[in-house]
Amino acid sequence: MFELGTLFKIFIAVVIVNNFILFRFLGLCPYIGVSKDTESALGMGMAVMFVMTMTAAVTWAIYNFLLMPLHIEYLVIIAFILTIATLVQLVEMIIQKTAPALYDSLGIYLPLITTNCAVLGVAMLNKDTLFGESLSFVKCIVQGFGAGVGFTLAMLLMSGIRERLELADVPACLKGIPIAFITAGLMAIAFLGFSGML
Amino acid sequence: MKKTSIASEFFKGFIRENPIFTLCLGLCPALATSTSVKNALGMGLSTTAVLIASNMTISLLTTILRGISSEIFYHKIQKVRIPLYIVVIASFVTMVDFTLKGYFPALSKDLGLFVPLIVVNCIILGRAEAFASKHNIGLSLIDGLGMGLGFTMGLSLLGAVRELLGAGQLLGLSVFGSNFKPAIIFILAPGAFLTIGFLMGFFRHIATLRSKRGN
Repeated sequence: MFELGTLFKIFIAVVIVNNFILFRFLGLCPYIGVSKDTESALGMGMAVMFVMTMTAAVTWAIYNFLLMPLHIEYLVIIAFILTIATLVQLVEMIIQKTAPALYDSLGIYLPLITTNCAVLGVAMLNKDTLFGESLSFVKCIVQGFGAGVGFTLAMLLMSGIRERLELADVPACLKGIPIAFITAGLMAIAFLGFSGML
Repeated sequence: MKKTSIASEFFKGFIRENPIFTLCLGLCPALATSTSVKNALGMGLSTTAVLIASNMTISLLTTILRGISSEIFYHKIQKVRIPLYIVVIASFVTMVDFTLKGYFPALSKDLGLFVPLIVVNCIILGRAEAFASKHNIGLSLIDGLGMGLGFTMGLSLLGAVRELLGAGQLLGLSVFGSNFKPAIIFILAPGAFLTIGFLMGFFRHIATLRSKRGN
């Protein structure tokens, strides 16, 4: 009924094959910034996953029920970024009330989800590839959720590696961010192996 | 005195506070659009245009608001300044997006998603918050220009390395001749991460050498 096969394909594509971080270069700032330990990586990933799924749903509604009927599609960037900013504010308030410990550990990076290009990226990608197709609302949500899952997956893998890297003997000039990038490069090569899958 | 400060505001973006290699800002577009020097230049200059325009507008806006509004009202506005900045930036990005689509359709297609994503480039919001809201319009212009060109320079450097190793070309011209077998991985995603990792290490190494010599 819902073309489960297609939905599954979209999900796998966005989680593994076209991973947002390792293939599309979206959301690198938190990827490098918050991946120092597994716990905050997981928290950040969860927050992004939630915001992305919500964003996919809300931007679909805004584009189809507000921008299209009024023929103001040119406002799409402004409309989407304001939506995301509002959603992030909401998530921040919820986390602050329900999980103060998580809120403390995420610290500065939570407001930064607003300027996380992965979130706006998922909205724009949905607009370009999925709007206008049948059942596209469900597909949008699947793509948004999948992007979040892929983001979390890459974050977790990276944080695990970086915890070990702390103990490794790395040349002084590569310590910290440079070695994280080189690690990400090696991970991207591994993920490139999935590219023939679909 | 005034002149040296203007020069230092302008040049700080190139090496000392280079957005990509030193501040680590704006990494997503830096990696995604540096597949060739041409794309890198296009992206860098688009970002520079937005950065200059938003820096100037925000500086002007803050000055005017501070001038005309009462202390309490200004304090209230301060609380919603980030959404305000974002709307300003988003408007300029929309303009740049349509300009590119209209006049440079091929480049616009190559950059794709990353033109609208200039809006979430941390450099722009970062400069708005850290510089433009505290300085006058002239200095903000200089800051935007310097930072934007520093970003463009970093992007082009990345683009040059990747194009040279990945395609054996520079600006579309063959460099090594036809016998050269390019390492295609450098144009693909992994190459971007490796290149920026090693370049960053290189920049940092130079910085350490310099500070050692200073001592």
